[in-house]
Amino acid sequence: MREVHVDNISQAIAVAVIEANTILPGDIRDALQVALSQESLASASSFLQIILENAQIAACEKMALCQDTGLVTVNIELGQEVHLVGGKLEEAVNQGIRDGYQRGYLRKSIVNDPFERINTGDNTPAIIHIHLVAGDCLRVTVFPKGAGSENMGQLAMLKPSAGLEGVKEFILKVVREAGGNPCPPIIVGVGVGGNMEKAALLAKQALLRKVGQKSPRPELADMEKEMLRRINALGIGVQGLGGDTTALAVNIETYPTHIASLPVAVSLGCHCTRRIIVDL
Amino acid sequence: MKIIKAPLCGEDIAELKMGEEVLIEGVIYVARDAAHKKMVQSIRAGEDLPFDPQGQVIYYAGPCPAPPGRVIGSVGPTTSGRMDAYAPLFIERGLKAMIGKGPRDKGVIESMQKHGAVYLAAVGGAGAYLAQRVMAADIVAYPDLGPEALLKLTVKDFPCIVAIDSQGNDIYTRINATDK
Repeated sequence: MREVHVDNISQAIAVAVIEANTILPGDIRDALQVALSQESLASASSFLQIILENAQIAACEKMALCQDTGLVTVNIELGQEVHLVGGKLEEAVNQGIRDGYQRGYLRKSIVNDPFERINTGDNTPAIIHIHLVAGDCLRVTVFPKGAGSENMGQLAMLKPSAGLEGVKEFILKVVREAGGNPCPPIIVGVGVGGNMEKAALLAKQALLRKVGQKSPRPELADMEKEMLRRINALGIGVQGLGGDTTALAVNIETYPTHIASLPVAVSLGCHCTRRIIVDL
Repeated sequence: MKIIKAPLCGEDIAELKMGEEVLIEGVIYVARDAAHKKMVQSIRAGEDLPFDPQGQVIYYAGPCPAPPGRVIGSVGPTTSGRMDAYAPLFIERGLKAMIGKGPRDKGVIESMQKHGAVYLAAVGGAGAYLAQRVMAADIVAYPDLGPEALLKLTVKDFPCIVAIDSQGNDIYTRINATDK
């Protein structure tokens, strides 16, 4: 059985949170460049140029892309044949975040309690999901997400009779109500099926898929394309100030569901949706 | 591009039109949720504010810590709507401009029209870029609030767009009401 010391996980997460917060993912940068070449509104083009320049400055100066360096979700795929030694996994994850946010001059944005609201001072705790998988791999996905976009997500438990059209209408409703708040151009993550929490998790998983990577299911790939066109026709535009560029991608994930249910969750990612995968 | 010198005087305000791109130069104050809550508590208790809002600009933001050799960390705008409940109290006391991102509610816009104030949108998520336009940063009050402390910044060539002007013209109403 393969042994992994939890300190290695802490160290990897500390490095990953700094990298995630300072380097814009290449797929998003490319999509922003395409959007800039197609944008017809002058003020939207100026803002897109600033967004692209921001990414260059952040990478060169090792500064956070956005001051909202987020609440960190950490997804861990843990092989059944891995033996973790040296401490508790969840503590190791939080230690990595603590170290990374201190060392990287990243903002500490977490409060201890939703009512008491005292800043914990080290950006912990993270939201941690652990999945046991076959083999001896250990894959960590680090996903710091700001509240501007996170606060605009919604979930609905539709009636199955609402069907495909009901899901499409709900996606448009969420994007329309969010307007400029989630920092468009956005990535729209959609989870359909499962139950209440599964739909929300699927929507988040959809945000982790790269921009430009279609659903492997042709009917869903068509729906993603149609929804992207309809969302961009809303005219919300960069930062909600109008224009052609509201979303860079619509990614849809599904799961089997109950005979009586049609859960749908929509999570919005901003134009610097930050995610990084580390294999240990 | 038009340059706005902060703090502002009344005449500058009426000339700023919705959709206009501007550069800000001068002194602005940074405050977000927690600092607003504290200042409003002071107003209600009849106490002095840490700064006089007359003619001033408030930037809704909470920066990252300053790395060594820099005056400030990443410092982009936060969602302004969360400050809607507080903003009219400052506008009544002479606040002339707010910088943030996203739409404002009816109460804020009416107060802006009545007292002559503008709302400027900065580029959300461009914190590293905007940090380079900050020449100096000092804590004015509430250091205990960490990233939510009240700051005074000296900025130069700080880019914004006039999102809502003092006549109440609102750029966010450009959004199409119906799906095509």
